[in-house]
Amino acid sequence: MSALLFLAQRATAFVLAAAVAVHLGTILYATRGGLTAAEILARTRGNFWFLVFYATFVVVVAIHAPIGLRNILREWTEWRGRSVDLALALFSILLLALGLRAVLAVYAS
Amino acid sequence: MLHVDVWRGGETGAFQTFAIARRQHQTVLDVVTEIQREHDATLSYRFACRVGMCGSCAMVVNGRPRWTCRTRVREVADGERLRLEPLRNFTVVKDLAVEMTQFFDKWSAARGYFEPGAAPEEDFAVVPSATPARQAADAGIECIGCGVCHSACDVVAWDADYLGPAALNRAWTLVNDVRDRGQAARLDAVSGSDGCQACHTHMSCTSFCPKAIAPTYSIAGLKRAVLRRALGGGP
Repeated sequence: MSALLFLAQRATAFVLAAAVAVHLGTILYATRGGLTAAEILARTRGNFWFLVFYATFVVVVAIHAPIGLRNILREWTEWRGRSVDLALALFSILLLALGLRAVLAVYAS
Repeated sequence: MLHVDVWRGGETGAFQTFAIARRQHQTVLDVVTEIQREHDATLSYRFACRVGMCGSCAMVVNGRPRWTCRTRVREVADGERLRLEPLRNFTVVKDLAVEMTQFFDKWSAARGYFEPGAAPEEDFAVVPSATPARQAADAGIECIGCGVCHSACDVVAWDADYLGPAALNRAWTLVNDVRDRGQAARLDAVSGSDGCQACHTHMSCTSFCPKAIAPTYSIAGLKRAVLRRALGGGP
């Protein structure tokens, strides 16, 4: 793993630690009295801070997860070379596209 | 009597059991030598100094990598049973002797050798022993290349190309050698996909090192040095 990948994985881990805590904390807090999809959408639609938080979350995941997966592949399989990097770059783009699509759907619908 | 299960063969093989007399202060190397001299002259193993200086007699004893010359039977015997295997993560040549070439090739790959630079210094370098860099180098300098840490390392077991704790520890001692002129190339060499960042900090190397060296800390130092360099602050 190059130094920059290592740095990217560690730096995104810092952000993820906070983001996951906020995400789970919000879920626990918001669902205390029961929660419907309509109520969720009422809070998220047009909410700029929701958009910023979850868009950041998705970007950070799209960086963090493929790097970790690359390490696991190196340790558990014989797969090496540029094809691994290409496959994981595509996986990163997939995470980014699906994640941002979901965030935008809940923000703008 | 001591019942000793000894690995016979190469990568494939089986354990052969020998019954050996128990003696006071007997070391595991004494046992192996007795087997070869008194029971089966075809047993292959490696040793030289018998006093913990050369590092050539390392084997896996009852599941743990050790110097057999510095391990008394009474410290490790499971009841009256010993199980002797060649070091893990090495290619077995025969019985208890392993191929060390790949291990030392990794030292070269990690640039674990002194680089004097194009022009030698004109005078002796004065390196005070109290400086932090020299102390960091001294902490890892006593490695004698026995391969115990390499045998204990989970990451080497997963990824045979990983440089491993011994090579990275050696590189770290040189990173802290103020006379060395090959730092940029060395930090590049230890930060590839098989380099220091692959370490999971399981600390098996540190736990098993017979010289009480802590390669884990050396590797952590390399991670910091490599990061500094990646951020534009290193050599």
